[in-house]
Amino acid sequence: MELLLLLATPAVGAVLLGIWGARRWAPELNVVMSLATFLAACALTARVIGEGNLLVAHEQFFIDPFNVFLVTLTAFVGLTTSLFSRPYMRVEMNHGRVSAPRLRLYHSMYQLFMSTMLLALTTNNMGLLWVAMEAATLSTVLLVTLYRTAASLEAGWKYFILCGVGIAQALFGTILLYFAAERFLGAEGVSALLWTHLNGIKGHLEPVVLGLAFVFLLVGYGTKVGLAPLHNWLPDAHAEGPTPISAVLSGLLLNVAIYAVVRCKVLVEGSLHSQLPAKMLMGFGLLSVVLAAFLLWRQRDVKRLFAYSSIEHMGIITFAFGMGGAVANFAALLHMTVHSLTKSAIFFAVGHATQKAGSQLIDNIRGLMTLSPTIGWGLMMGSLAILGMPPFGVFASEFLILTTAMREQPWATPILLAALGVAFAAIFGRVQPMVFGETRAGRLPHPPALLPVFTHLALVLILGLYVPPYLADWYRAAARLIGGG
Amino acid sequence: MTGLPFDLQLLNLCAALLLLVSFAMLTQRRIVNLVNLLAFQGTLLLVATLLLAWRTGQRHLYLSAVLTLALKVTFLPWMLHRLIRRLEVYWDTEPLLNISGTMLVGLLVVVFAFGLAQPISALASTATRSSIGIAIAVVLLSFITMITRRKAMSQVVGFLSMENGLFFGAMSATYGMPMIVEFGVALDVLVAVIVLGIFFFQIREQFDSLDLHHLESLKEGATVAQADSIVEDS
Amino acid sequence: MRTLDLITQVLEIIAALAVAPLFVGWINQCRAWLQNRRAPSLWLPYRGIRKLFHKDAVIAERASGLFRIAPYIVFSAMVLAAAIIPSMGTALPFTTAADAIALVGLLATARVFQSLAAMDIGTAFGTLGARREMMVGFLAEPALLIVIFVASIISATTALPAITENLATQHLALYPSLAFSAIAFTLVLLAENARIPIDNPSTHLELTMIHEAMLLEYSARHLALMEWAAALKLFNYACIGFALFVPWGISTSEGTPLTLLASIPLLAGKLLIVGAGLALVETVSAKLRVFRAPEFLATAFLFAVLGLLVHLLLGA
Repeated sequence: MELLLLLATPAVGAVLLGIWGARRWAPELNVVMSLATFLAACALTARVIGEGNLLVAHEQFFIDPFNVFLVTLTAFVGLTTSLFSRPYMRVEMNHGRVSAPRLRLYHSMYQLFMSTMLLALTTNNMGLLWVAMEAATLSTVLLVTLYRTAASLEAGWKYFILCGVGIAQALFGTILLYFAAERFLGAEGVSALLWTHLNGIKGHLEPVVLGLAFVFLLVGYGTKVGLAPLHNWLPDAHAEGPTPISAVLSGLLLNVAIYAVVRCKVLVEGSLHSQLPAKMLMGFGLLSVVLAAFLLWRQRDVKRLFAYSSIEHMGIITFAFGMGGAVANFAALLHMTVHSLTKSAIFFAVGHATQKAGSQLIDNIRGLMTLSPTIGWGLMMGSLAILGMPPFGVFASEFLILTTAMREQPWATPILLAALGVAFAAIFGRVQPMVFGETRAGRLPHPPALLPVFTHLALVLILGLYVPPYLADWYRAAARLIGGG
Repeated sequence: MTGLPFDLQLLNLCAALLLLVSFAMLTQRRIVNLVNLLAFQGTLLLVATLLLAWRTGQRHLYLSAVLTLALKVTFLPWMLHRLIRRLEVYWDTEPLLNISGTMLVGLLVVVFAFGLAQPISALASTATRSSIGIAIAVVLLSFITMITRRKAMSQVVGFLSMENGLFFGAMSATYGMPMIVEFGVALDVLVAVIVLGIFFFQIREQFDSLDLHHLESLKEGATVAQADSIVEDS
Repeated sequence: MRTLDLITQVLEIIAALAVAPLFVGWINQCRAWLQNRRAPSLWLPYRGIRKLFHKDAVIAERASGLFRIAPYIVFSAMVLAAAIIPSMGTALPFTTAADAIALVGLLATARVFQSLAAMDIGTAFGTLGARREMMVGFLAEPALLIVIFVASIISATTALPAITENLATQHLALYPSLAFSAIAFTLVLLAENARIPIDNPSTHLELTMIHEAMLLEYSARHLALMEWAAALKLFNYACIGFALFVPWGISTSEGTPLTLLASIPLLAGKLLIVGAGLALVETVSAKLRVFRAPEFLATAFLFAVLGLLVHLLLGA
């Protein structure tokens, strides 16, 4: 029931906003639908906590601690982003950058995007997971090109083609998975693609085929995660789309893609009895961290800067899942949570800052502190948080990952540390003048509402100091589920 | 060899022709012909699906044959032709590699694909297991088609042909995916093409051309319409 | 060895020698009809050869012995090739000595001597023709070999008569690989015999010619032998094509005089059809620029390799 509500609310929202998306109260409707989705997610979570794993609708949907926590996170960030997008899109419309039909498209696609992500998270069917991932791409392509500028069209095209090709690899991987499973589960019915069934027989699945399948699935979903060297689309799509979309792409879509990779890894590891999937994840993860850290130095666009930071963090998470084991998985899950909260908060702040400065170029944004202390502090705290300064949650998760790496994969620790240092210097060196630099512009008459930013940062801070026991239990259960190590 | 029943021989013929069509796509310079080849590829898939459905008596294969007929044989080529007419893009520029070079790379890819398919075919129990290699080859060749082309339209044809290859792969390895997944995939493809149609008009509006040359500013660090998005990375 | 086999062998060589110019005449006649011209006589090639034999040879001053001996080598290579290609019967005593790969070798030998002789005099045209011929050969030979490999793998032998017999007697089946190979073979045939997309046998246009450029310095009996060899080459290629792709009607090793007799009109019929087909191809297609020739032959190679790969994968 809760599940139905959860999936139906944004879908209905998409339809409603498709009709009324350009009305004056459309942003509020968007918020209301997102709120309803979040409430449904909370109800679902409560039920899963109370009754344990959930299998419904002919086993087509499966909720366990791993995905229910992502569902809540997704719905929550979806809600705060809709809150942020309300004033943001109004300003864009007043500036004439977005016309009424495009606003309608934006609102409708926003809800559709939420709906596809939630579907991807909750489905038990690996095929449907693929379909939902592809649908998530498609629903955001037109959002990236919302401004119809040359650069945004290019970004959208790259996004579409690269992710399209990537996702085609994932489809092939899914076919191989089905092929391996069908021999045991039979083609009759559709049980051969259900994750729960696959998980049950994973020890019997043909290792060669599953190894191949994993390569394709990792390349496919890895493209969406933005793992190097398949990351090319990510900075463009983040930089050229509207900022709320950058926030949800970075904070949510990447998480969902990692979720898909990890689900696949669990199956394949069970079949292969080898370190291959773990090694591949660690390799791709490390490569992404290092590459992104160095590319950060070349960025002059603030949204691209943080997009590369997302690649870096996705790399860290992938590396952690690659190491496997209870602690690393725990840390990776925690990192996923705090990264998506922090990164979306940063994008909210950046969105306001760029709107005020009228430019996305770092050089053109100066003295946010004088312009508006709330934006300035928001961006500064967010940056410090994402850079892993204590006492924020990112510090806790990165610390856990690094200490585990020191024990499990000592060779990787110096590389990780160096990359983190490089990234720290790059981001801090750019954010500092943006926040504290000289500016001739006067103080804004009334400060923008940055409730979402500070809510997120407060949550990250809390997670850094203290992980509530039920949340910790939850993470632990999920970490056990993922296993490995 | 000679013991193969006639319908299987026909299926093998379809598979071989699919491979040939992929090569034709790889070397074809005219976009209209490219779309026609795509339609032909769809038709071959349809024939193969029907043959397989008839042979195995699996009812869902008939359904996916209907889906193929509606989407891949009729709708997509029609829509692409319409787009070509409306946008007046008939020729592709010279591909990045010369024809002989492309063919040679293509052949290597086919060898690689066949090698890749070996372990899968060895395990498959379907009558069509030997064509799995061809399916993989079609996918990879479409991939090459996509990378060696400049025009957006030819890239899309490459993308769709890649999907066709995957469909054929699923069919040869497991007699098709579960119906719900197949519907989902078809829906995604349909939506993708519609989104692309919209997209083309946006690109056209902005650049007056569908040449992807114009879409390389984010790479080369040139100043673009939106003055504040100068970038230099990879 | 049966007497019948000996008779077949002798008959085949005689038929090749006798029919080859006629085959060229037939193609020319078809081409003339298709192009709405008045057709030359079918016997024109014979008359040309006879006329050349009656003339006195003029040889360039600086010509070496190679130049003189090349026509004989080329001609005998072609006759030998004709002897080992099963055109009427598969029970040929000579074929125990040479298989399909040796056949390709024979054809290559002829090409090498022809090119060497063309370069021997040192004129610009001879060298140009030789170089182009070597380029075509270098691209066409692998394709031809692979075509033969496909047929060999299907019948598990490289002996041409055995391949033919196997293909002629086995159960009728669809072979996509053979179909691809047939296309490749047709392309190779056109290129190797200086037919239209690659070379135009009926002109002496200096910038485009290949085959004719090599023969420019020859006269009289040498030229006659060279032209006869060229006709034989075309005939041989046609017969290889029949042997691999349409072997039906050939007299097999259990054949009787009757089947041998029956195979003669069948061969004639096949030649008539193929000649008309070649004329049609040459009429509808335009000559390619020389530097596009590699593309044409790459296509042939592609088809051949695809045939091979498809066979290995599908077993068909």
